[in-house]
Amino acid sequence: MKMKLATVALGAAVAASPALADLTFTALSYRTGPYAANGIPFADGYADYFTLLNERDGGIGGEMIELIECETGYNTEKGVECYESTKGSGALVYQPLSTGITYQLIPKATADEIPVHSMGYGRTSAKNGEVFNYIFNYPANYWDGASVAIKYLLNENGGSLEGKKIALVYHNSAYGKEPIRTLEELSAKHGYELITLPVDHPGQEQKSQWLQIRRDKPDYTLMWGWGVMNQVAIQEAVNIRYPMENFIGIWWSGSENDVLPAGEGANGYKALTFHNVGSDYPVFDDIQQYVVDAGKAAGAGDQIGTALYNRGLYAAMLAAEAAKTAQEMHGTSTLTPQQMRDGMENLEITEAKMTDLGLPGFGPEFSVSCQNHGGDGYAAVAQWDAAAGEWSLITDYMQADLDVLSPLIEEDSAAFAAEAGIEPGCAM
Amino acid sequence: MLYREAGDFKTSYRDDSQTFPIKFDRIAYYVLIAVALIVVPFVINDYWANAVLLPFLIYAIAALGLNVLTGYAGQVSLGTGGFMAVGAYASYKLMTSFPDVNIFFHIILSGGITALVGMLFGLPSLRIKGFYLAVATLAAQFFLVWLFNRVPWFYNYSASGQISVPERAVFGIKVTGPQTEAWATYLFCLVFVFLSAWIVRNLTRGSTGRKWMAIRDMDIAAEIIGVNPLTAKLSAFAVSSFFVGVAGALFFSVYLGAVEVGEAFGIQKSFLVLFMIIIGGLGSIFGSFAGAAFMVLMPVLLKNTLVGGLGWATDLAAHLEFMIVGGLILFFLIVEPHGLAALWKVMKEKLRLWPFPH
Repeated sequence: MKMKLATVALGAAVAASPALADLTFTALSYRTGPYAANGIPFADGYADYFTLLNERDGGIGGEMIELIECETGYNTEKGVECYESTKGSGALVYQPLSTGITYQLIPKATADEIPVHSMGYGRTSAKNGEVFNYIFNYPANYWDGASVAIKYLLNENGGSLEGKKIALVYHNSAYGKEPIRTLEELSAKHGYELITLPVDHPGQEQKSQWLQIRRDKPDYTLMWGWGVMNQVAIQEAVNIRYPMENFIGIWWSGSENDVLPAGEGANGYKALTFHNVGSDYPVFDDIQQYVVDAGKAAGAGDQIGTALYNRGLYAAMLAAEAAKTAQEMHGTSTLTPQQMRDGMENLEITEAKMTDLGLPGFGPEFSVSCQNHGGDGYAAVAQWDAAAGEWSLITDYMQADLDVLSPLIEEDSAAFAAEAGIEPGCAM
Repeated sequence: MLYREAGDFKTSYRDDSQTFPIKFDRIAYYVLIAVALIVVPFVINDYWANAVLLPFLIYAIAALGLNVLTGYAGQVSLGTGGFMAVGAYASYKLMTSFPDVNIFFHIILSGGITALVGMLFGLPSLRIKGFYLAVATLAAQFFLVWLFNRVPWFYNYSASGQISVPERAVFGIKVTGPQTEAWATYLFCLVFVFLSAWIVRNLTRGSTGRKWMAIRDMDIAAEIIGVNPLTAKLSAFAVSSFFVGVAGALFFSVYLGAVEVGEAFGIQKSFLVLFMIIIGGLGSIFGSFAGAAFMVLMPVLLKNTLVGGLGWATDLAAHLEFMIVGGLILFFLIVEPHGLAALWKVMKEKLRLWPFPH
């Protein structure tokens, strides 16, 4: 039985290996499973942007793009299978889209010399490019997010959080635990009291956490949630009549899916973001013309302009720009993963570039270097308007408190380097 | 024609009670071992090792372990995921605390630690049975996962709560960490699988196994004929947890390399291993392997056929995969409620008569 199965599987695997394309990108997406509602818009945005480049510009630098999608269901084991099955196809960069899978791939991809771009998630200390040669997490990471949230609250309170209480409701996993250290350091600096409230996967049951919030009455509540946990948390906050404008989510807790179920009650809820919202950009006209009208939209094509679709689009845009940079650097239109890495490491996003791409003011300006794989740590706060049914940015992009974060990143990456036996240094 | 006892004369009791009494089976078994040991390491690549063979081998050990408890001793357990987590965290703590000791011994020791934990959670089995015991082991599952998430000592106070395996080698060949060769990890796991199956087979056909089966079939009758339920049940928990712990340790150190307890060792893992032994066959060594193969290879095979072969959308394929695997499970359980092992047995009976069934 098992020999027979194995033989058939071998045949299928051999038949499955795709033809070597000129520029291969992979999307480890999840359109199924407990986080599908969030995975679908991101995957659609990522795919649509590459389709647009193929249809409108004939790919990048004259080379057509092939996008291989692999379904992970947010499951680490399936993520490993996806990585192994696609890495032989010349994949230029991986977007694991899950903290668990990112942690898996950090050592593996480094050994295989394929870059990983964990945009706004994953291991924060990967910002130190001298230790994590192949891992990138620009333009912002969780510690930046935590710091920007506190900075925003400082601005709201005239520069002082002395004596305030701030609660953190977090997904009890590697992802949710990331900001705690930063928030503790910042609490020592700014004198607020931090209350941490873990929520176990998948987060449908949060009554006790919110009872605790009702009892302790924190002045502000931060949330590191994902998937159904966000919707439940916002609904619970509405139930205990927690003032929505004092409730701030990380960027993964700020999609339409999260606020719509709570209806009117969610009005005023805030979330961080590192890119702009809405579909009021020239590039969306092109997407309509070349992708949607041509019947080539990914998925059901009904996600365009949502917060997570824009994030997928932004991720694809950054990948395409890095590929362009790499093509210019190496004077070749076909790329290897190593060349792609060089492109990512020398990526520079300026306002002029974004305007050229039809995305004026879509994200912060930043540049990547060997020492800094994480960008400059700019993020903004968006607020939900329930009546209009849309997000809008209420602040400019603010920079994280790098005085606090840099030593933390230094310390954590040094610990990793010691553990993994890495000699810090630039790859080139 | 080829597959029959006739002409294969046994002249000693030892010969008569061997695992593969039919010559054809014996040869097939030796060929399989030879292929697995000598041929596969030369043709294996990263995809085959990491996506197919490692999970199959490791789940086979876990299924063997659970089969000892549930299939042979009749004690239902839903704590497999939690016990695998004990194995994984034990190996992590051992590997980081005693870096000079060979990883081979760390894995065995992790199994031993898991055996102790398993015995502790097996104590209620002396008082409660059946579904009630299942609930008690379910408590173990949730407690252990909570413990590894809650107490930072277990993950060496890392900021994210993830545990990552350090690089370790056997005879100078790396078997954990990112720089491993596919054949090395495969062979390392294969050794454990071979030893596990060999030990379980010999335990279950000896007096220990007979005691377990007596308890399974009717515990009061077993007690009357002189089987001590205390030692029989606790030894079943210990042996079972040992193998589950070894599987957990390999799962973490060789296969995944970095795990997070809630995601990797949640309740769904307990169910997965339980399904493996139910589909494969309760109380059967072959069944443990067949069940693990079915549950690990089927989804990969379907994914490769539907997405790779037919070019369907990934989400459609993923949904179909659930339906097809679910449908096949139902189909197998309806036509053969005792699992793939019983199907195999029927096939062998038929083969003995072939080509003249009358």
